[in-house]
Amino acid sequence: MAESDMLVLKDLRKTFNPGTVMCKMALAGVDLTLNRGDFVTVIGGNGAGKSTMLNAIAGTFQIDNGSILLGGRDVTHLPEHKRAAFLGRVFQDPMTGTAASMNIEENLALAGRRGQPRGLRWGITAKERILYREKLASLDLGLESRMGSKVGLLSGGQRQALTLLMATLKQPELLLLDEHTAALDPKTAEKVLRLTRQLIRENDLTALMVTHNMRDALALGNRTIMMHEGKIILDLNEEQKQHMKVEDLLAQFEKASGRELANDRMLLA
Amino acid sequence: MNIAQLLNQLPGAVAQGLIWGIMAIGVYITFRILDIADLTVDGSFATGGAAAAILITGGVNPWIATLIAFAVGLLAGMVTGMFHTSMGIPAILAGILTQLALYSVNLRIQGIGTDLGSRANVPLSINKYKNMLVSLRNVGHFAIENPIWLMLGITGVLIALMYWFFGTEYGCGLRAVGANQQMARAQGINTNTGKIIGLMVSNGLVALSGALMAQYQGFSDVSMGRGAIVIGLAAVIIGEVIFGRLFRNFALKLLAVSLGAIIYYLVIQVVLWLGLNTDDLKLLTALVVAVFLAMPYWKNRIVTRKLKGGVHHG
Repeated sequence: MAESDMLVLKDLRKTFNPGTVMCKMALAGVDLTLNRGDFVTVIGGNGAGKSTMLNAIAGTFQIDNGSILLGGRDVTHLPEHKRAAFLGRVFQDPMTGTAASMNIEENLALAGRRGQPRGLRWGITAKERILYREKLASLDLGLESRMGSKVGLLSGGQRQALTLLMATLKQPELLLLDEHTAALDPKTAEKVLRLTRQLIRENDLTALMVTHNMRDALALGNRTIMMHEGKIILDLNEEQKQHMKVEDLLAQFEKASGRELANDRMLLA
Repeated sequence: MNIAQLLNQLPGAVAQGLIWGIMAIGVYITFRILDIADLTVDGSFATGGAAAAILITGGVNPWIATLIAFAVGLLAGMVTGMFHTSMGIPAILAGILTQLALYSVNLRIQGIGTDLGSRANVPLSINKYKNMLVSLRNVGHFAIENPIWLMLGITGVLIALMYWFFGTEYGCGLRAVGANQQMARAQGINTNTGKIIGLMVSNGLVALSGALMAQYQGFSDVSMGRGAIVIGLAAVIIGEVIFGRLFRNFALKLLAVSLGAIIYYLVIQVVLWLGLNTDDLKLLTALVVAVFLAMPYWKNRIVTRKLKGGVHHG
């Protein structure tokens, strides 16, 4: 393993509900290596295993087979809350990433201690408040003047922007974005994407971003992978991406998977 | 119906309300902060009373006995927490299991030193144990011995402690566990440990309240905690309905719970004075709590109906 490898997935396999009628092989041998600073977009139809792969990395469930190395550490058997020390996560549902009944600064303070032991010191310091105000101001959503407001009062877009800020507040070794703009209206989605790009660039982050939007997948990042039936079936580097159009990608999908891409969400995008 | 008779009862209602208020703060921690309905409390309230009573009759200083009762309550909460997190039992069922088990435990605790090794109640006469923290004997007197003063002090100290604890890094993490477990885990918080700690703190307070209740009423009884969860919920809900808009600060919210318990006992006194049979009290309490628990749901339904209507006409 090279020094620069931030994430190494080896032969990840996961079957949900084995031995029942609900049995589904969600990951069928995923191999993937991310270099430090890689920003990889992930595409594929419904049930292709994109989110499952991200959740496997995050430790939401234990995998059946394979290994996960993060920054050189084997985290395969580490519980979710311990892996959190290395990961920033933003979810599809804006409700998932924040605590609605707590206010903005409390949410940030929780994220500011990600992966640290939590003791009996006061939960938020005056110094942190100044830092958070600055960071919120950089989002340009006016949240810096509402730091005492409950997060439940924010719009979906505001919550996703806040979750992004929280995920990057403590530099993660890997940022996992699971269709984090899918639940937003197009205009807000675009704003959140711009912010995503900005935060990844500013903090020099390594990121995996699942998206249903093929145009975004090609426009963002330095690498695009396509998944199908629990496997990576296409892996495009930066140069290949530049020459690729959405139509080419669809054709590639048909070729690689041996069938037509009958997913309206993807076609519309 | 003699109004003087009612007035005579009021100080007692306030003292009882203050004692149950501590138990209700424990219920608030599980029900509102952790989002768990914990039924352990019916058992752990009596456990606190049993532990304190057996220690006091054994010659232990009542302050220390009360503190030990708190510690025993922590253990009770831990058992429920383990049932829930390590064994995957739904929280409600985990609490019911502990509550049931505690009935036997409480009989055994109260039976310490007896031939049978098990006893349904332990008398705690203020004549015999003069240094008990609170007693209903003094509740009618405007004097320093009146238990209301000490109860106000204890309530104030406990609210301050809880305010501090839930403001610390760890306490904020616990609030996150209650608010959104997925988010909490993503921030590196062990949600299972968090739930166990929360249940421990809650049941510690409940047992402490039981210890004070045993001293106040002059005995501990194995069934003194029956329906405690409902009284706790009643206090939480009354506090929220009356002071919810006024009290935004966390310490004030806890104060509202304590005030809710006092109001609950004042209302009980009044309905008893009006002629309600004591035997029917639990039925009335259950119905009142059911109605208050339903309120957010009803409110929501009315609002959605109005919204739907608006779309039709608009």
